[in-house]
Amino acid sequence: MTTVLFFNVFNGLIIGAFYALMALGLSLIMNLSGVINFAHGGFVALGAYIAYTLQPYVGFWGALIFAPPLTACIGLIIERTLIRRLYGRDPLYSLLLTFGLAFIIEDVTRLIWGAQGLQYQIPIWLQQPLSNSLFFLTGYRVFMVVIVAVIVAALFFILNYTRLGLRIRAGTLDLETVSVLGVNVRVLRNLNFGLGIYLAGLAGVLAAGMLGLQPTIGDSLIMPSFISIIIGGLGSLPGTLLGGLLIGVASGITTVFLPQASEAIIYVMMAAVLLVRPRGLFGEEGRF
Amino acid sequence: MQNLNARTGDAVVWLLLLTAPFWLPLTGGYVELGTEILVYALAAMALNFLLGYTGVLSFGHAAYFGLGAYGTAVIMKYVYVSTPLAMAFGVILGTAAAAIIGPLIVRLRGVYFAMCTIAFGQVFYFIAFQWRGFTGGDDGLSAWHREPLHFGFATLDILSSGKALYFFTLAVFAVAVGIMAFLLRSPFGRTLLAIRENERRARFLGIPVDRHIWMSWVISCAFVSLAGVMYALLNDFVDPRALRWDQSGNFVIMAVLGGMRSFWGPLLGAAIFIVLRDYISSHTENWMSFVGLIFVLVVLFFPRGLLGMVRRRLMR
Repeated sequence: MTTVLFFNVFNGLIIGAFYALMALGLSLIMNLSGVINFAHGGFVALGAYIAYTLQPYVGFWGALIFAPPLTACIGLIIERTLIRRLYGRDPLYSLLLTFGLAFIIEDVTRLIWGAQGLQYQIPIWLQQPLSNSLFFLTGYRVFMVVIVAVIVAALFFILNYTRLGLRIRAGTLDLETVSVLGVNVRVLRNLNFGLGIYLAGLAGVLAAGMLGLQPTIGDSLIMPSFISIIIGGLGSLPGTLLGGLLIGVASGITTVFLPQASEAIIYVMMAAVLLVRPRGLFGEEGRF
Repeated sequence: MQNLNARTGDAVVWLLLLTAPFWLPLTGGYVELGTEILVYALAAMALNFLLGYTGVLSFGHAAYFGLGAYGTAVIMKYVYVSTPLAMAFGVILGTAAAAIIGPLIVRLRGVYFAMCTIAFGQVFYFIAFQWRGFTGGDDGLSAWHREPLHFGFATLDILSSGKALYFFTLAVFAVAVGIMAFLLRSPFGRTLLAIRENERRARFLGIPVDRHIWMSWVISCAFVSLAGVMYALLNDFVDPRALRWDQSGNFVIMAVLGGMRSFWGPLLGAAIFIVLRDYISSHTENWMSFVGLIFVLVVLFFPRGLLGMVRRRLMR
């Protein structure tokens, strides 16, 4: 029983790390630009497929390093050409735009790489279980958690100790003042968008190794990412991170006792948080 | 003059709708397409009650549309074969769900409200998808069909006559749209407009804003579930795609494409969207790209919608 419980908690943690990685990207973009990026799931798929295409040339590690920035570049271009025009308008319009983009990206992915699922190769030593007693702990799962931890730590380092991060955090609070102080807000939003898409691309590469490739790979991850943000509180990145891990673990534990409800539990948690504390666990009061 | 224009406009719309089964086939359409447009137009107009007239952004209306559809199908398949009973149950189911979820979200605004409506909408998708024994899962509920309506003195055979179904849908549409127009003209409707224009001022005037938004939300969802009921009757079938998030996006784009600030805008938007989608999906496999492109182009070039643009031209 304890092993089963441990397995599911750990599994939940991995899934939660995925949710958190996507949700952090969404959250970054939403906080600074007020855009709900519905196409985020599409960028996850793009990241995965770009890694798949790169892998024969640069290997597993090369793909892991190069695919997310390439995805981010696509994000930068889309922000510059399309999303930028909608800043300052009703959030309805950016929502509709990213909605349309989600359709287009999914369809283009299917057009280029086909609708069939593809296998993503990972190094053999990562496929091995760590030990015989903990047979479910393959190296890849541990590896994913480590990568997510490193990237999240790097993200918080950037946000807290670099000039770019300082500006992003300041812009989240009051973009107008930041602009008046001489910061180029257009570039700032552009880079911030790219950073968010980088995280989506990375989530895609990691997911490809565990789930395989499919054009709809991001679809099952995007709703839980929204819920991570709602539970953690809009405007708070640590909240988003915690929200993601929380719903991952909660759904893992629920799998042990009531497998049918493993998906439902995260919605119940969201309803409970909205009922008791509408701004989310770490959200600021009166922001929305 | 303005009043007269509006009256003429209304008259033209009703005349076109009443005669549609006769001129639609001449233009290359078919009667079922007209019925489908009416169903989606009702959904988009119901959404617009909240979106355009209360200024609240909901992206989860497909859930209540789907609940109406599933409510109808479940009654017809499992309980009792009666079209009116199934219709009533579908509307009640959708409205009740909206009334319960409403208090959780009406305190939120803007993007946050939109995100929560999306997330709650997805709950019903999962239920419909995973409860295979009852909802049929991914395959949906089929093997049932609508029944002719008996009025005592006459029978309307909506089962075998496409035209009868069209006129029945039109009657339902007319009643629903009439009620919405009446509500918007009432003091309640004016209060909703006041909230849309300036929520803070409305609050200072002593208007219970959250309660009004909740009422507007429930009314809007009630009519969307009615549209869902008609959708189920039209297709004699319902599956989880009726309540997935992309359906919600379709309703919003219809409202925006036609013009959110005009009463008939969503009808026009629905007509254009359905006809385009029908045309595109019969000509190419990559219809998703084209539908996505419609979204992008509308947002970039017609943010006020077609009727909004026409009105602006006339004002000048």
